[in-house]
Amino acid sequence: MILEVDDLRIHYATQGGTVRAVDGASFAVPEGKIVGLVGESGCGKTTAVRAIMGVLSENGRRAGGRIAFKGRVVDEAATKQLLWRDIAYVPQSAMNSLDPVYTVGRQIAEVLTKRGGRSAAAAKARAIELFDLVGLSDRRLGDYPHQFSGGMRQRAAIAMALALEPSLLLADEPVTALDVIVQRQVLDTLRDLQQRLRLSMVMVTHDISVVAYLCDEVVVMYAGQVVESGPVREVLARPRHPYTMGLRNAFPDLLSDALELVPIYGGPPDLGATLDGCRFAPRCPFAQDSCRAGTAALADAAAESHRSACRRDNEADQLRAAAMDPATWQHS
Amino acid sequence: MAALVELRDVSKHFPVARTLGELARGQHPVVRALDGVSFDIGAGDAVAIVGESGCGKTTLGRLMLKLAEPTGGSISFEGGELARLSGDKLKVFRRQAQLVFQNPFDSLNPRFTIYRAVAEPLRNAGVPTRQHAERVADAFRRVHLPDLERYLDRYPHQLSGGQLQRVVLARALVLEPRFLVADEPVSMLDVSVRAGILALMREVREAMGLTAVYISHDLALVRYLCERTIVMYLGGVVEDGPTDEIVRRPRHPYTRALVAAVPVPDPDQPRAPLPIHGNVPDAREPPSGCSFRDRCPHAMPRCAAEKPLLRVTGKGHYTACHLDL
Amino acid sequence: MAAAASATLPVLRRMAAMPLRDPFAFAGIVIYLLFAIVALTADQLAPTDPMEILFTKAGKVAANLGPSAEYPLGTTNLGRDIYAQLIHGTESALAVGLSAAVIVALVGTVVGLVSGYFGGWIDALLMRIADMALSLPFLPFVIVLMGFLGAETSNIVLAVVLLLWPSSARVIRSQVLTLRERAYVEAARVTGASQARILFVHIAPNILPLSFVYAAIAIGWAIVTEASVSFLGFGDPTNVSWGMMLQDAFSSQALSRGQYAWFMPPGLCIILVVVAGFFISRGYEEVFMPRLRGR
Repeated sequence: MILEVDDLRIHYATQGGTVRAVDGASFAVPEGKIVGLVGESGCGKTTAVRAIMGVLSENGRRAGGRIAFKGRVVDEAATKQLLWRDIAYVPQSAMNSLDPVYTVGRQIAEVLTKRGGRSAAAAKARAIELFDLVGLSDRRLGDYPHQFSGGMRQRAAIAMALALEPSLLLADEPVTALDVIVQRQVLDTLRDLQQRLRLSMVMVTHDISVVAYLCDEVVVMYAGQVVESGPVREVLARPRHPYTMGLRNAFPDLLSDALELVPIYGGPPDLGATLDGCRFAPRCPFAQDSCRAGTAALADAAAESHRSACRRDNEADQLRAAAMDPATWQHS
Repeated sequence: MAALVELRDVSKHFPVARTLGELARGQHPVVRALDGVSFDIGAGDAVAIVGESGCGKTTLGRLMLKLAEPTGGSISFEGGELARLSGDKLKVFRRQAQLVFQNPFDSLNPRFTIYRAVAEPLRNAGVPTRQHAERVADAFRRVHLPDLERYLDRYPHQLSGGQLQRVVLARALVLEPRFLVADEPVSMLDVSVRAGILALMREVREAMGLTAVYISHDLALVRYLCERTIVMYLGGVVEDGPTDEIVRRPRHPYTRALVAAVPVPDPDQPRAPLPIHGNVPDAREPPSGCSFRDRCPHAMPRCAAEKPLLRVTGKGHYTACHLDL
Repeated sequence: MAAAASATLPVLRRMAAMPLRDPFAFAGIVIYLLFAIVALTADQLAPTDPMEILFTKAGKVAANLGPSAEYPLGTTNLGRDIYAQLIHGTESALAVGLSAAVIVALVGTVVGLVSGYFGGWIDALLMRIADMALSLPFLPFVIVLMGFLGAETSNIVLAVVLLLWPSSARVIRSQVLTLRERAYVEAARVTGASQARILFVHIAPNILPLSFVYAAIAIGWAIVTEASVSFLGFGDPTNVSWGMMLQDAFSSQALSRGQYAWFMPPGLCIILVVVAGFFISRGYEEVFMPRLRGR
């Protein structure tokens, strides 16, 4: 495991009190794999990644939990050392974070000389190499960001993140703002990078189609907690947590025969409030009294490394069958 | 069925700032947001307009609602040309054609209560005030926000995205329009909420017999809403046909690429490699002839010389391509 | 989410609550209130006529007296009560400042709204006029105008308005340009709202805080301008103002005589009023642009 996150808790101090944005999330990233961190807005996926990078906003703090990179525990101070050199980060809308007054080539070279301590000549050679790696022509190194399309800017942001040969790349919604064709091109580039550089990746996204296309493993988050994790194939084909089942039904599929999308009733809970029991219970068609009383730990299910945090996990197969029927999700 | 909306050779060119050279040569460069678009929308139809950013789909939606004027061609609604509407006739049109926006967080005046926002169209249309409460309540029932009192006095920032989009839809429906344009109505919403809004849009369309246009970049989504899909590329229509056909047997090379690129939530589904490369060209200098030819894997000399027109390639299916499809 | 919610909170309520959150703006408002009270009760606070030449009991002109119980700040070289001049100077300072502020905000807002919303030739015309006004050199223009129209306080206000409306109009115009593209404004158009309704109900309320910012800025500018013009000797000779006091003090060499009580108080008052205006405008800028908060 290149990255292990154990019982991570992140609290934000807001005017309305403490918001537990991440509340006991655990997951791991195997060496050389792409892990998709999926969930809806406010589920804590971006916060979790920002905590790993040590770039939480000012009112946020780590309230507990352990983060380990290559077996070494990383505290808040140590993350600064790892940044760029070992772990690279492509933040949300990184493509808009390039400085408009410098050429893209110069910005990449600056990372290499300032942080990487390389000579100007070595930096230039490396910048050409990086552009090639992400599928950009090195003739464009002298261009300014506004001369790039959205997809090209996103590639440049990825190239910059990879400048110092990190072994782990954290990317927050790297293809969300892109058009489908460009999105596919960038996804193909990311997969190519993973294979060529044996790069490990965490990909934060709300889009399970993107996860299905790119990722090896998936971690599903809901209301600050991990509700299900495992190999993508396993989790998407045989989801064990009702939230994942619901997401699957709600997600448009170009090739399925179903002609209806099924919504999940209601919305996520307020993370500023004290929450008892399973957080998904108020929206879950299978919730029982015991679900409201207590949570279930993320437990290994029948299949290896496929884990689900559901009290009714032993009935997962029956629940999945019932979940296929849109009527199940109809709110009375 | 008679067409409710007719577009004939519609163009919208935006002037752009000239370079010194262009100034000296007396040229007036333009961005061709739309170039020669023609199609009909039958009364009661649900039509999707699909394409990537910059293809002109949003501009087209604005033109159909007379929020902007075309620079060429004509658009008519119920046989009356939009460009000629003014005064009372424009008021009648405004009552019949409505819009649902992409961003529900920006679609409502932050200083208006929900009631005031939904009643605003009634006020503008001159509906007597004493009828407002009842008609707002009707609209709320339509969008399944029945517990009125909970929402009416609130401000937009107190509602979730899904609730807001229902309110926006209620405002669009409160005048009981005949024609609805929805520009990416769910792209800002969370997945679990999205499905509910889509189902709702389908339901109200059927219940009210609305003619609807859905503008979207997401082919996978419009499949759940529309029987007919129009695919646009660089300001022009490249393919127009039954949605199911477009998704399963796309004819135009661009549509094929689009379909191939859409990710599906099933990891077992084999994905063909993307058949095209490169980026959408600058709309200031589109290629001659077929605007897609510089990225098309099948481009031939004819494509540079002659702009392909839409021709019949199936039942109710039109494609603008020189290839033998 | 929390930030987004506070950003959309009705602007008026945030405008009203602003001074409570921003201690500097609060101080600015307190300073203005104090000056306003002084100006309104000037005749009670300083019953002596500020222009009256006073005589000592011995029958001599009471010139250049130091501070005493009778004349808290002493007298001028012509035997006038400095304290009375300072108090009555507040009146004219506030009259100049407030009238300039109201007119600048009004003209700037109307021009900005019309120009930004309607665009086209109206916009081009108004903005070219604004450009011309912006290119005028400040003090020379005021002095020339006073020369043409006469050395009256109202002409100083006119000059300040002519010079300051363009900057407020330009900023408000650019704000209107962005507001005009907001989806809810478009929505109002689709539902058949009239131009006037869109302009005054959907757009104008959102630029009100900006008008306030420029009004607050104009107060300070107007008072400084009046002081500068009076100090240079082009002011209204019949009007008691802080600038006139400084001019008197300067020309009678009060500085070399060490009559601090003569020139320090009006100087401090000018500084206070200008700083208070700056604090208030800064506070409203933050109401308008929440992103500035916490910087």
